[in-house]
Amino acid sequence: MSAHAASTNTGLSHAKLGTWAFLASEVMLFGGLISAYVILRSGSGHFFVPPRAMMGVPLATLNTFVLISSSVTMVLAIAAIQAGNVAKLKNYLLCTIGGGAIFLCIKAYEYNHKWHEGITISASLFGSFYYTLTGLHMFHVIGGMGLLGYIYWQASRGHFTAASHDRVECSGLYWHLVDLVWVLLFPILYLL
Amino acid sequence: MSDHGHAAPTGFWRKYIFSVDHKVIGIQYLITSFLFLLVGFSMMLLMRYQLAWPQPGADFDPENLGLVRGFIAWLFGETNMPYGYMDPTFYNQLGAMHGTIMIFLGVVPLGVAAFGNFVLPLQIGAEDMAFPRLNMASYWVYFVGSVVMMSSFLAPGGAAQSGWTSYAPLSVVAPPGQTIWLIAMVLIITSSLLGSINFIVTTLNMRAKGMTLGRLPVFCWVQLVTAVLLLLAFPVLEAGAVLQLLDRVAGTSFYIPKDMIYGDSVFPRAGGGSPLLWQHLFWFLAHPEVYVLLLPAMGIVTEIIATNTRKPIFGYKELVGSFVLIGALSFVVWAHHMFVSGMRTSIANLFVTTTMTISVPSVAVLSCLLLSLRGAQIRFNTPMLFALAFLPMFGIGGLTGLPLGYAPTDLYLHDTYYVIGHFHYVVAPGSLVALLGGTYYWFPKMFGRKMNEGLGKLHFTGTLIGMNLVFFPMFFQGMWGMQRRLADPTLQWHNLPVQGWSTVILAGALITAVAQIPFIFNFFWSIWSGEKAGENPWQATTLEWACPSPPPHGNFVTPPVVHRGPYEYSVPGRKADYWPQSDAA
Amino acid sequence: MNEEPGFAMGIPPVAVSYGAQLDSLMTLLHVVMVAIFVIWGVYLAYCLWAYRARPGGRAVYHTAGERASFIPDALVLAFEVWLILAFGIPIWANLKQEVPPVGESLQIRLVAQQFAWNFQYAGPDGTFGRRDVALISASNAIGLDDKDPAAKDDVLSINNLHVPVGKPFTLLMTSKDVIHDFQVTNFRNKQDIVPGMTTTLWFEPNVIGKYEIGCAQLCGLGHTQMVGNVFVEEPADYEAWMKTQLELKLGTADASRVLEDARSQASAPGRAERTES
Ligand code: HEA
Ligand code: HEA
Ligand code: CUA
Ligand SMILES: [Cu+2]
Repeated sequence: MSAHAASTNTGLSHAKLGTWAFLASEVMLFGGLISAYVILRSGSGHFFVPPRAMMGVPLATLNTFVLISSSVTMVLAIAAIQAGNVAKLKNYLLCTIGGGAIFLCIKAYEYNHKWHEGITISASLFGSFYYTLTGLHMFHVIGGMGLLGYIYWQASRGHFTAASHDRVECSGLYWHLVDLVWVLLFPILYLL
Repeated sequence: MSDHGHAAPTGFWRKYIFSVDHKVIGIQYLITSFLFLLVGFSMMLLMRYQLAWPQPGADFDPENLGLVRGFIAWLFGETNMPYGYMDPTFYNQLGAMHGTIMIFLGVVPLGVAAFGNFVLPLQIGAEDMAFPRLNMASYWVYFVGSVVMMSSFLAPGGAAQSGWTSYAPLSVVAPPGQTIWLIAMVLIITSSLLGSINFIVTTLNMRAKGMTLGRLPVFCWVQLVTAVLLLLAFPVLEAGAVLQLLDRVAGTSFYIPKDMIYGDSVFPRAGGGSPLLWQHLFWFLAHPEVYVLLLPAMGIVTEIIATNTRKPIFGYKELVGSFVLIGALSFVVWAHHMFVSGMRTSIANLFVTTTMTISVPSVAVLSCLLLSLRGAQIRFNTPMLFALAFLPMFGIGGLTGLPLGYAPTDLYLHDTYYVIGHFHYVVAPGSLVALLGGTYYWFPKMFGRKMNEGLGKLHFTGTLIGMNLVFFPMFFQGMWGMQRRLADPTLQWHNLPVQGWSTVILAGALITAVAQIPFIFNFFWSIWSGEKAGENPWQATTLEWACPSPPPHGNFVTPPVVHRGPYEYSVPGRKADYWPQSDAA
Repeated sequence: MNEEPGFAMGIPPVAVSYGAQLDSLMTLLHVVMVAIFVIWGVYLAYCLWAYRARPGGRAVYHTAGERASFIPDALVLAFEVWLILAFGIPIWANLKQEVPPVGESLQIRLVAQQFAWNFQYAGPDGTFGRRDVALISASNAIGLDDKDPAAKDDVLSINNLHVPVGKPFTLLMTSKDVIHDFQVTNFRNKQDIVPGMTTTLWFEPNVIGKYEIGCAQLCGLGHTQMVGNVFVEEPADYEAWMKTQLELKLGTADASRVLEDARSQASAPGRAERTES
């Protein structure tokens, strides 16, 4: 992979460049949805925001913390493989996947709780946006965990070295984006 | 992922069906999209027949419908075509599906995926695309998406019927066909995204030695710009489609206002959503999308004109700059489709201004192409005829865009046949004609044989005459105020004075249809029996002509090195009137 | 108005105050478009003939005038900027942004539905009766609240719009179900009618006659049949029509009393205008 990278015109490997392009389209996808949310929230006369107390801000804050931590372990995973330490890479990958899993568990608890408090997907515009935005984000988290699992598997089979670990870096980029999206969703859904 | 070796795959399935070779995928796209063009056109023939005689005349006899009408009535059945007259619901289905098929399954796959896939790696001197397996996935996702799209005709209540624009809330309350439309759109969008990532990475990363961006053929530039448009605009429609899907299946009300009435009672929804939100999300994609229809066509025309004028293209930098500018500006004009939609009236002026601005680079492109003809040695072969016809045809389409982009006149022209005339001139005698020219131009590279010139000229003449007979009268109808999407315009007396043109249009459509017969024959006949073409049948300069026809797996026998710009024709002091990019001296 | 199917060209006769100006802009644009097309077309034809390939001929390698090629771009840009600044912005403001003041123009409410146009006139009291979606039924298409005193003298008219000539009228439009679009070709202006919001459209008709209303936004299977008529009448004819409608609704005695009340009120000073309730 990296051997190839040197021979590309931009100096970036195909995978890296492709990942950046893909992330740009993801930004537009979430950008579209978030603008829809902003437009209706500020423009519709029938957009009722549930009281802050109902939103469970502490739990969501915890979740934000979990996800940010998982980004940190992802950075450490990449640093590990850059130093050629596969065992450490695998450990940090597990931590990252674990972070995702904790996030999902908390989310599941939250969904259940909200649904029973009457914030359902069809009851109000806020609910519709809440489940759509966080739901789509959740699919991205699940996808990211699958991807990291695959990387873990490849790492076990000795695919990565200090000189060649493009896929680890690309998965890392993706994971950071997923994280970043949450960092945006958190304030606009829970705090504002 | 570039574990793509040089060993050619063997076995029919790996070689022709699940191939990862960009050339095979390109040809798969070519044939599939031609089939869809044929399907979309057939639908329109039926609609034009309906529009020519929307009402039974005095001599109507239900027992004896006549040959044509009788056959149509039998073929489409009681519900769709009672007595051979079109049910309005069926008309709406065909209209929506014609637009969808032509754009998303026909012209875009043809211009971007077919020619882009086949030609772009060759022109930059690469052995394949950056991600061959993604490339294959892109085709198959498109294929599945298009099958899903077509299957919606079988759904209860029929296919999508709210126009290709699917305006909410009509689309939200429409029968299940609309859900299928949305699912198919998500698949098609996914396919496009996979393709555009591939195109961007390939163009930026895999150029041969010496192929700087300043030496990139114009066709590659337009593909790059197009890929960026698709990459950034499509996800927004995807977001919109997801919201519409949820409105339909999950009871949300993103596009459903408060207290909407449906079927004599209040629609059971929380409400509070906005129908205009959909329009913004849709047009944010759909305006860049129309340039996706156009840019590949312009790229093809540039290539053909350079080759057949035997001189460098006029203003390479101005051309490329204009394409980039068109691409960038296309993101900020979308609301010119919404002047009368009820959006805040104060923002209309902004969009008038951006729309008028975007016409300037288009004028620049046309000027460059026209000025390229000066001092030329023009060869009138079939591809060149199509490319030359593109110029005035696009001219008509583009010029009629101006009164639409200018809000005071759009107030009158909006949603009339004038709009239909405008955009068909840019997409049919414009883009489609250029793409047909591209087919004749690159056919020798694809199959190693040339298409027949005589049949080609027949095809050209018939298509051009037919299409003009179809689309020019639409300006008269539109100027008179005839609305689009009317199953029977004669039900409104203000349309009657222009109804006669509909017979002319039908005649034009039939001529166009007949003119495609020599093409289809020519296409398949030439694959096996056409005149053998060597490496470089047109004596062209760009890299795709420096490898064998058809190119082997891996394309170039030896990796090419680029020494000069793409259009070095008739260079003074050289004997040959062309100087290929890869020639060392 | 019985027209024969034919091959008309051009634009239908104009019947609205601002129509003449819009038409001259339309003409101007098309003249310029045709001019551009003809100039380039002649140039194209000339090139095709003059520069056709000749045996042994050789094309010119160097092309001069790269700068000059910006001239058409600049001309088009200048023309467009002029068009926008000189006409576009003021006309847009006049047609779409500034609705004529309530006192000077007749206010008519339009509730569009699949597939009909419901017009509601405020009646002699100049005040629209309250609408309530809960009241909508087969017999009460727009859900007018009969208990509201202001609704008593409201006149409803389905698919037929009567207006006096020479006086502006404003349509306050909303839709019950999906998006429709009010188009009268002779009035040169149109506007989408969107459920959940009110859009406006104003005209000052200046030619007496009967004009057809068509729906210009796809709204379902009856889109084609969603038609109506505008009757532009002498003010006296319009008054007479209004009176007949009132009489049909309230009976002769009540109708003339309501009209009388309104007349005496109008002459009283300090009368507050109330339109939307
Ligand atoms: C390929 C597709 C394509 C292209 C290139 C364009 C180009 C343009 N379009 Fe068009 N448009 C569509 C496809 C396209 N459009 C479609 C599909 C719709 C309808 C969608 C729907 O509602 O269903 C639409 C609708 C549409 C509308 C909305 C109308 C309405 O609904 O009321 C508007 C309004 O501004 C508009 C404007 C323009 C403008 C200003 C350009 C400009 O970019 C044009 C610039 C070009 C020129 C100015 C020409 C220059 C010419 C010369 C220099 C002369 C050459 C002459 C000779 C060679 C002889 N278009
Ligand atoms: C790229 C887009 C595209 C193209 C090419 C076309 C092509 C054509 N269109 Fe289309 N049209 C639309 C996009 C397009 N259209 C859209 C978006 C709408 C709006 C829909 C809506 O209202 O929602 C529309 C609406 C529309 C209407 C208006 C309907 C209405 O409002 O009620 C009409 C009416 O005449 C029409 C006619 C035609 C005709 C006669 C052609 C002809 O030019 C077709 C010519 C086709 C060919 C010549 C086929 C070529 C095929 C081959 C050569 C096959 C070869 C095969 C092999 C080699 C295997 N179209
Ligand atoms: Cu109402 Cu179309
Ligand atoms: Cu547009």
